[in-house]
Amino acid sequence: MDLLVSIILQIVYVIANLALISLGLAIIFGMMRVINLAHGEFLMLGGYTVVVATNNGVNIWVAILILSPLVVGAIGVIVERLLIRFLYGRMVDTLLATWGLSLLFIGLITSIFGASTATTISPPLGVVTIGEYTSSGYELFLIGITILLFVAVYLVLKLTTLGLVARGTMQNAEMASALGVSTSRIYMLTFGLGAAVSGFAGGLLAPITGVLPTIGTVYIAKAFITVISGGAAILAGTTSASILLGGLNGIISFVTGPTLGEVALLLAAIILLRIMPRGITGSIFRKSI
Amino acid sequence: MRELREMKATWIIAALGVLFTFAAPSILELFTIITLAQVIGLAILALSLALVWGFGGILCFGQTAFFGVGAYAYVIAAVNFGGSTWAVLIAVLVAAAFAAILGYFVFYGRVSDVYLAVITLTVTLILFSLIRRTSGPEYKVGNALLGGFNGASAPPLNYPWDVSAFMFPEQVFYVAMIALILVYIFCSWLVRTHFGRVCVAIRENEDRAELLAYDTRLYKLGIFTIGAAIAGLGGIFFCIGVSRVTPDVFSLSQSALTIIWVIVGGRGTLIGPILATFALYYLTSTLGSQSVLNTNLVLGTILIIFVLGVPKGVVPAVSDWIQSRRGRKALRARERRLQRRRPSGGQNVGSTEGAE
Repeated sequence: MDLLVSIILQIVYVIANLALISLGLAIIFGMMRVINLAHGEFLMLGGYTVVVATNNGVNIWVAILILSPLVVGAIGVIVERLLIRFLYGRMVDTLLATWGLSLLFIGLITSIFGASTATTISPPLGVVTIGEYTSSGYELFLIGITILLFVAVYLVLKLTTLGLVARGTMQNAEMASALGVSTSRIYMLTFGLGAAVSGFAGGLLAPITGVLPTIGTVYIAKAFITVISGGAAILAGTTSASILLGGLNGIISFVTGPTLGEVALLLAAIILLRIMPRGITGSIFRKSI
Repeated sequence: MRELREMKATWIIAALGVLFTFAAPSILELFTIITLAQVIGLAILALSLALVWGFGGILCFGQTAFFGVGAYAYVIAAVNFGGSTWAVLIAVLVAAAFAAILGYFVFYGRVSDVYLAVITLTVTLILFSLIRRTSGPEYKVGNALLGGFNGASAPPLNYPWDVSAFMFPEQVFYVAMIALILVYIFCSWLVRTHFGRVCVAIRENEDRAELLAYDTRLYKLGIFTIGAAIAGLGGIFFCIGVSRVTPDVFSLSQSALTIIWVIVGGRGTLIGPILATFALYYLTSTLGSQSVLNTNLVLGTILIIFVLGVPKGVVPAVSDWIQSRRGRKALRARERRLQRRRPSGGQNVGSTEGAE
């Protein structure tokens, strides 16, 4: 029984982890149809924000919960103003430009902090015991905060005026601007929000994974495949794809080890896209956000 | 063979390539020749992406997956068979087969081009993390250890069907260069055949090509598979040039580099990406030897500048410029002739011509 609980907890953690690293990408893709190849670097920048801030004496919770989304969100807004806004409607060029941005960030951080980080931070919140098995308290915290984050994004999109205007702009930008909405500002804010969520995710994961300039590459493959399998709906897509792919990854990893887990995740995604080329929410849950 | 006669520029470039091949060993140092073998492998990779992306319109961000699969397949086959003759053939076939299977899922699933880009990139990255974990004696294919993070050493090329006659670096250079020239001529021929023209038509407008009763999925799968076979060939020369194959062939920076070569050289040309590979390889190896500017920083900046400023790439931009100059010159000459004949109406004719 205890074993079962701890295995289920482990699988739920894999799912939550996948959902967490994908959400920022899903917001930018779902709302703006921009695939952000610098997503991994937004996560990386969030991680660096936390490490640098904690090393300079900032409380770790403040660094994770407040600084990482704020800093990366601001970077996202700057990137949108300087680069992305010239490329709306040119999807392939956006891909290439954000890839260039990704290399640029990796190069910049390597130049500033070196190819490996000197100091890492240890995860707060010790261990939790379940019968004779133990689990990291911080992992449980991550599961909880991922759920909270999804609820918060849902509430922002569904209940606030900003969310309504943003969704309207994404559906029909011309009509929105005819009704007096500054679409350019909405794009900027949406990209900033996506970047902030990515930075937050990176900050949350930094105590577990440590930070490296190239750590983004570890995340992006999984994040891309999750968002694409999920389809256009941000929350429903990310949630359903995370549960499906993360669950599969968790189970296969438990049975055979982590190597085959990722391969199973990829194979499942490719077969899924053969059946549903527009992702899960392209075929079912089409009306959801 | 109408196509072969139409390829005048290709023959000239190929002839220049042959000249370079025979001149290089007497001009360049042996060390440069050894390095060149791997750069030629990379140039073949760039050529394959130029074909798949520039002419097939398939946005393959993971062309290095086939490059790496080719390299690993060569190493595994060469170690197991104790010779490179069949290993080369097997490596090319394995890369093509891998692309055919992946391509079946993406093209027949009618995955859109941007999704395709991300899927191919993801496949490459998953291969990267998969191969990195294969350190340890239990991960081997036949007698060949995969070697995980450190990779496996690549057996040298030998003369066909003579396992004991290994090739020297200069000879490897000759073989690689000849392979590059032949593949270049092949690609140039391929895009002029009926098959190639249909691929270009699909790139321009897939719906229209489909309404003309072409099975666009099959054509895309075809050019994707041919491109992967060429990339696999590039992988063979690369791993022989480096004398090792490591998981880095699947790394994100290698895929990015390949894309940058094609963007800088120009989509829609074949020679552009080849030249860009040599030029940018020189640039990155120079950058690698100093520590002021980080290589990724420079590459990222180049990519952004080209996407925003020179989206067509260097070779098309230069040839457009030459053509427009030539056109303007011809126009001016014509205006002068007309003015001499009809001093009043010449201006008018000239301006309507210019508007076209």
